[in-house]
Amino acid sequence: MDRIVKNRIILEFDGRAENVSLSRVTVAALAAQLSVTLSELEEIKVATSEAVSNAIIHGYQNNPEKTVRLVCTLYEDWLEVEVKDEGVGIKDIKQALQPAFSSDPERMGLGFVFMQSFMDEVVVDSQVNLGTTVTLRKKISSSGVKNKAVS
Amino acid sequence: MTHILQNKNDTLVVKVVGELDMLTAQEFREIVEKAMAGALVRNMIIDLDKAGFIDSSGIGVILGRYRKIKAQNGVMVLCGMNENIKRILEMSGILSFIPFCSSEKESWEIIAKKAFKGA
Ligand SMILES: Nc1ncnc2c1ncn2[C@@H]1O[C@H](COP(=O)(O)OP(=O)(O)O)[C@@H](O)[C@H]1O
Ligand SMILES: [Mg+2]
Repeated sequence: MDRIVKNRIILEFDGRAENVSLSRVTVAALAAQLSVTLSELEEIKVATSEAVSNAIIHGYQNNPEKTVRLVCTLYEDWLEVEVKDEGVGIKDIKQALQPAFSSDPERMGLGFVFMQSFMDEVVVDSQVNLGTTVTLRKKISSSGVKNKAVS
Repeated sequence: MTHILQNKNDTLVVKVVGELDMLTAQEFREIVEKAMAGALVRNMIIDLDKAGFIDSSGIGVILGRYRKIKAQNGVMVLCGMNENIKRILEMSGILSFIPFCSSEKESWEIIAKKAFKGA
């Protein structure tokens, strides 16, 4: 992976539902500084939305007084989005990553499915009672030519 | 933003304008529940023509309403989704059991056909 940082933003916000759209729009605006396609931008938005929603819903159990930290870094041809909470943590990461697994019967367990489908790399680092950091990485075709099949 | 456009022939038409994420899904749920409590609703058309974004929280709220409609033997139809939204709904699997089409007009036809079959 290219190590040259082209740009970086760090954003800290209350764990409120209103901030989910704010965070994905911010990430998309930064990603647009690379030559991303519109469908790549959509994918980045969905993945960011899922990671931030999880931090708020699961990590912080909807307590809006807690802080979510988002670091978004642009490399030459990579985008990296790191979403960090200091919430309840994940006991069994393998199980959490399984499609359709949710600890909440009202939910569908699709968040990680979308993150994994839309990004090239998803890394989950978590410790019970300490919190969770989800790192999403996506390779951006620097030529700006659509070379990813979208089907 | 969620709008209840109309409730005609026991069918609620719900229009989603903008984004459907964890914030707006909550709003969607409340508005639709209220409409269903206040009138006889058997079927539901969810018009996504003006929806620009959806994630798993948005899909979850649609699935929740689908289960309610299904439980009372009604029909739900989704219509008007753009390519991105359609791709995400497809990946979620819900399009394998919730009928969808491109316009509200077609949705009425699907409901007429299915309701007839069910009767
Ligand atoms: N930040 C987080 N903190 C604690 N638990 C999490 C976090 N993110 C995900 N999880 C756990 O992983 C599960 C799967 O997440 P996801 O695939 O997004 O599905 P959903 O959000 O629908 O439950 C969640 O139900 C939850 O138990
Ligand atoms: Mg989730």
